[in-house]
Amino acid sequence: MAGSSIRPGVGALRVWRRNFESWKRFSGSFLVAALGNPIFYLASIGYGLGRFVANIDGLPYAVFLTPGILATAAMNSASFETTFGSFTRLHEQNTYAAILATPCSVADIVAGDLLWAATKSALAVFFVLIVTGAAGLLPSWLALGTLPVAFLSGLTFAALGMIATARAGSYAFFDYYFTLGISVMVFFCGVFFPLASLPVWAQDVAWFLPLTHAVRLSRSLVAGAPTGAMIADVAWLVTVAVAGFVVAERLIRRRLIL
Amino acid sequence: MSGPVVETRALWKRFGRRQAVTDLTFRVEAGECVGLLGPNGAGKTTTIRMLTGFAVPSAGEVRVLGLPFGPATARRIKAQVGMVSQEDSLDPDLSVEKNLLVYASYFGIPSREAVRRTEELIRFAELGDHRRERIKTLSGGMRRRLMLARALLNEPRLLILDEPTTGLDPQARRLVWERIRTLKRAGTTILLTTHYMEEAAQLCDRLIIMDAGRIVAEGDPGALIASQVGAEVIEVHLPDDADPAAVLARVGDGPWRSEHAGRMLYFYLRDGHADGVLARLGDLDVGRRRATLEDVFLTLTGHSLRD
Repeated sequence: MAGSSIRPGVGALRVWRRNFESWKRFSGSFLVAALGNPIFYLASIGYGLGRFVANIDGLPYAVFLTPGILATAAMNSASFETTFGSFTRLHEQNTYAAILATPCSVADIVAGDLLWAATKSALAVFFVLIVTGAAGLLPSWLALGTLPVAFLSGLTFAALGMIATARAGSYAFFDYYFTLGISVMVFFCGVFFPLASLPVWAQDVAWFLPLTHAVRLSRSLVAGAPTGAMIADVAWLVTVAVAGFVVAERLIRRRLIL
Repeated sequence: MSGPVVETRALWKRFGRRQAVTDLTFRVEAGECVGLLGPNGAGKTTTIRMLTGFAVPSAGEVRVLGLPFGPATARRIKAQVGMVSQEDSLDPDLSVEKNLLVYASYFGIPSREAVRRTEELIRFAELGDHRRERIKTLSGGMRRRLMLARALLNEPRLLILDEPTTGLDPQARRLVWERIRTLKRAGTTILLTTHYMEEAAQLCDRLIIMDAGRIVAEGDPGALIASQVGAEVIEVHLPDDADPAAVLARVGDGPWRSEHAGRMLYFYLRDGHADGVLARLGDLDVGRRRATLEDVFLTLTGHSLRD
């Protein structure tokens, strides 16, 4: 419908609430998913591989790795929510169609799902913070700042996931998205090693990938050394989130309204 | 508000090169129950979609509750319309009760009022014993009743039902009909689509029969039968060796109309001529019955299969 409002309203909060109500009884499996991967990564790579790695930027390897794991946890949580989760609501359960028959708009539905995904990112990072903090991997209290970072980057990755959902014909499509998008970011955005070790052209490419900025923000905060460059990181995450939302809203609208 | 609850003017919808709805003009007046009938692909669901904002017309105008449907009015219109879609769209992870409470929140219904309406509608849908069960455990009939209850949460002035009883067994269907009749008595304006002629005859004050995207007939069920078919139907099961043309020739012309489909011949007659036709059919395998809506439907849309 040309000209109809792309601005989400209070309906977005109602959609968020619906997702929360539906998620409540799955909170156990969420905890396992939120903590499992980060702990396994830290244990095997941080401590196992870390024995063979010299300090990086003056930090033991496990401490260097922790903010990367926090940023990855936020990315994974939001990405799963707006791919498998949103696709189920769009395609399998007709939840979006049911909501669109009410005064809630497509913008409300998309924004509600993104807000919910970002909430889950922040929640996932919260649990990882507890575990890594207890393990002595968080030298500064500024590490708590990774919570809003997780929420912001959660919005960014949720918006990108929602675009994938709008283009997906079946769940199989997400194999491409996770292998060629999410996994590439995990390996080439500075989670496991400083970006400076990459060739310059690869560093330039990595700059455009949102995870790079989420990792940089988390690393500065965990190290307790915020810098002015963080503003650029935040700005890029916001830019991708907003642009992603606009595109996702258009594409989802096309799937719901013939 | 006076004036029609639904009004379409010269409505067209194209999907690429396929013409789904062609020059559709009709009205639904306040308090009416109107049935949209037609074979698969007739354009019923596309029409419903255009009335509810799920499809944008290629040309023409849709007015619902006096407002022209469009981006500026969609929210206001949807706040006053209840919709039961063909597909099940209940929330499978929520209980019966939560399905209603969460849906009420989409309309911004305050929570105390939402609880009151939920209680009332659980009773209306006869789901009191299942209120805490998840949707997965409900039968098809219970789900349909819950879909209907959900569509009533906003106390709609117009209720749109897209094939409300498809896939239900006769008992479950009758219970849904009973609920719809209760709503009719309360004065709710209803527009429904259906494949079931009995459903149309049982519930609708007026029918609109569509085929290939166009309206082919319109009127109340009795008048449609009388004008399109007549009073009685004689059905002839032809034996394998019988020549339909020869049988038709034997019966000859008269104040009736004949139709041939497969191994069947149909004679649609006004009152008082059946005995004469039966006599001329001799010892063929024949049946004689009152004309029904199904005859109207088949007369207007043909006997051939639609996919």
